[in-house]
Amino acid sequence: MIAAVQALSRWAIPLLLLGITAWGLSRGVPIYERFVEGAKEGWQTALRVLPYLVGMLVAIQVFQHSGALDQLIRVLTPFTSRLGFPPEALPMALIRPISGSGSLALLSQIFATYGADSFIGRLAATMMGSTETSLYVLTVYAGSVGLKRTRHTLATALLADAAAVILSFYIVLHFSV
Amino acid sequence: MINYIWFFMILAGVITAASKGDIQLVTEGVLKGSEQAVVVAAGLIGIISFWSGVMKIAQDAGLMQVLARLLGPLARRLYPEVPPDHPAMGALLAAMSANILGLGSACTPLGLKAMGHLQELNRHKETASDAMCTFMALTSSSLTVLPSTIIALRLSHGARAPADIIGPIVLATLCSTVVTVILDASLRSLTRRRARL
Repeated sequence: MIAAVQALSRWAIPLLLLGITAWGLSRGVPIYERFVEGAKEGWQTALRVLPYLVGMLVAIQVFQHSGALDQLIRVLTPFTSRLGFPPEALPMALIRPISGSGSLALLSQIFATYGADSFIGRLAATMMGSTETSLYVLTVYAGSVGLKRTRHTLATALLADAAAVILSFYIVLHFSV
Repeated sequence: MINYIWFFMILAGVITAASKGDIQLVTEGVLKGSEQAVVVAAGLIGIISFWSGVMKIAQDAGLMQVLARLLGPLARRLYPEVPPDHPAMGALLAAMSANILGLGSACTPLGLKAMGHLQELNRHKETASDAMCTFMALTSSSLTVLPSTIIALRLSHGARAPADIIGPIVLATLCSTVVTVILDASLRSLTRRRARL
């Protein structure tokens, strides 16, 4: 099972690349010329995203580096614990939407401390896997086309993240591995 | 809302650093954040170029129509205002497939490609269209069926059955995606009128 999953994730992009170029060539598409034509957009898109990224990442870094995030976790812990949510997994719930690399590092740390098979370990892994870095997605996606107003999307994404945390908790509670 | 969250992070950062007697932390955070933004954006240049190029081949070879036929019915329901034969539909489907398969480096480039095409259909260029809102919300909720990074991490930490986490993750991600679709559909009309002004 695990070998199959790993093979699939290792082979997916190479196979896609080979498949698309082969298909294109068989359809008589001048693949290299079309590729270069399409690839021109990369530079512009990345440049358009930069100001949005600076704005968001500066605020996130100030928030994290100053210790405000840790403070928030400390303040919230008594409330979430009363609801039965393990305090060890709370940092994951708060870091996941704002930092992809941060939450991956945290997951590794949780595995090392409590074990990958522990309840906390499985809960953190499920929380990690069931959502994305919402703030990053919104920042980059909106930035790439220069949107100034994303309407209800941030509210939707953050509420969905909260729902994912609660769902993960109940699912891992009832799912025996 | 973004203005308040942004300000909250800055305000909380300044207050916390000040109360610690180490206001320097804020300035360090500013430098770290700006540097990180350049690293992320620079890292995106190459890979976005690559996938935009591959997508161009796929479009010209008619692969997008094949994809649209396979996943079309679902996508047409999620994005009713996107014409099925518009390049935006193909790009949306390609991005959704990359997310579902957990294709890591391909997800953001294909997602941005789809945003670009959706912008062609958008009448108010600075305000997100309904389709954009749905797409961004779905992407940020994630719909992975193959969480390969997490499985690899579990393997390296000596889990008994590293891949068994797929069950809970898929169940949680499916449920949260349903929640996202419901939230998006119910909040949409609240912001539509304001968006038109």
